[in-house]
Amino acid sequence: MSAVMITRKVRKWEKLPGKNTFCCDGRVMMARQKGVFYLTLFLIVGTCSLFFAFECPYLAVHLSPAIPVFAAVLFLFVMAMLLRTSFSDPGVLPRALPEEATFIEMEIEAANGNVPAGQRPPPRIRNVQINNQIVKLKYCYTCKIFRPPRASHCSICDNCVDRFDHHCPWVGNCVGKRNYRYFYLFTLSLSLLTIYIFTFDIVHVVMRSVDNGFLNTLKETPGTVLEVLVCFFTLWSVVGLTGFHTYLISLNQTTNEDIKGSWSGKNRIQNPYSHKNIIKNCCEVLCGPTYPSVLDRRGLMQEDSPVSTTCTAPPSSSSIAAPQTTKTTAPLIPNEHTPDDAKPSIAASAEKSPSPKEELPPTPKLPPLASPETDAETSIAKDKTH
Amino acid sequence: MPVFLLSSKFHNLQELRHSASLVTKVFIQRDYSEGTVCRFQTKFPSELDNRIERTLLEETVKTLNSYYAEAEKIGGQSYLEGCLACATAYIIFLCMETRYEKVLRKISGYIQEQNEKIYAPRGLLLTDPIERGMRVLEISLFEDRGSGGSSPSSSMSSGSSAR
Repeated sequence: MSAVMITRKVRKWEKLPGKNTFCCDGRVMMARQKGVFYLTLFLIVGTCSLFFAFECPYLAVHLSPAIPVFAAVLFLFVMAMLLRTSFSDPGVLPRALPEEATFIEMEIEAANGNVPAGQRPPPRIRNVQINNQIVKLKYCYTCKIFRPPRASHCSICDNCVDRFDHHCPWVGNCVGKRNYRYFYLFTLSLSLLTIYIFTFDIVHVVMRSVDNGFLNTLKETPGTVLEVLVCFFTLWSVVGLTGFHTYLISLNQTTNEDIKGSWSGKNRIQNPYSHKNIIKNCCEVLCGPTYPSVLDRRGLMQEDSPVSTTCTAPPSSSSIAAPQTTKTTAPLIPNEHTPDDAKPSIAASAEKSPSPKEELPPTPKLPPLASPETDAETSIAKDKTH
Repeated sequence: MPVFLLSSKFHNLQELRHSASLVTKVFIQRDYSEGTVCRFQTKFPSELDNRIERTLLEETVKTLNSYYAEAEKIGGQSYLEGCLACATAYIIFLCMETRYEKVLRKISGYIQEQNEKIYAPRGLLLTDPIERGMRVLEISLFEDRGSGGSSPSSSMSSGSSAR
């Protein structure tokens, strides 16, 4: 029997559906459009460089050397938080594998009973009771799962994200369960940095003007003008955003829920996730456990020989699967008993398809239901600009 | 009564993987009654009625739930970890394993042990929920290829692939 031996190890991130880009062999995960993120980087690094170049020498001598030191620490913290927010997995929920999708379909059909021909089946909704409130779980037609509470589908990244807050173009990533605290700390520390630079710019200009006159000062340190402009406009937006998110955290709400008015207004459903105590809410969001990523981007795909060979596994597949055989999930070597639609999901054939989306197996055709909800709610989330 | 329960075919996980054929999969869903904490339903799926005793599966699910509760507990240790990490701008996470990750390793070992001792001899296989996005606890049902040809469960498998 001729087995096509696949020698290149394929990591799971290469086959993930969704519109993310990955760098550093799966360690970094971002959205596709990164232009605004580069702008953010440029503004922060540029303004701080000007500060260190123009203001710091003067202030270190005339006021205190602690000023540039503290600015540097703050700048490094801001960059660390920004990169952590941008590069980490926000809490993406992997799509259902074919068997799970079929199982859910069967449950839905059983629950709906017989629908007369020509009539639309009822919307796919599951009701769960959380802390004595009825919460509706919606079905995601793209990911083929019932979304957990507080999860939402981001149409920009084409993923369901757990505890979805919003998609932030400034950081080039979604903000969700796993990176919300880094996002909040980023906005908070950026507010502090902006206020700090703005204040010391003014102090510097005042101090220098006393000696040299205002116009001469501006000529000597032209960078100051730029910094003050950038800081002035940044202040309003970033400080406002920090205040808004502080408010959300104290109520244990997400931006998505706030926009949709899930817990306010005529529904009269109270937020079932809030502890009704500001300190407890803040502690849960900011000091809660650090959730691991469920995506396993850097895991190795299980390599298998073509279907025609029977269950005597060629040594290559078991050696690649070696790190994972201790886990209980090593997928079966496909044989004639494996359901056909599970075979493609048990990783690659010899040819790699260009787009990860085409790797998805031919799932059973769903009834032609429109799913406007996924686009409606995420477009509302998109509209929320800073 | 399925013949394979009496046979000694399923001794260990390796044999299960190499000689058995997958019949169907059962998915135990998440229980959201206590919020977004990770918990699985203890409701017994009907497909497993004649494969495993209820109490064994319930015990497994309850133990898993307690592990997840321990990982997600918000208390002194999680605050300490959070504040310490924040003070180091979260760089410490590059070297240190978080408490959640430690518990996940324990869970993985527990599932492995349960599979070897309880589930593999009955022709079942548990999949670690982390492999399925913590959404479901997947239980694969196997049937020995050598034992009698058509059985009720093989018709279930063709139904579940739903062409």
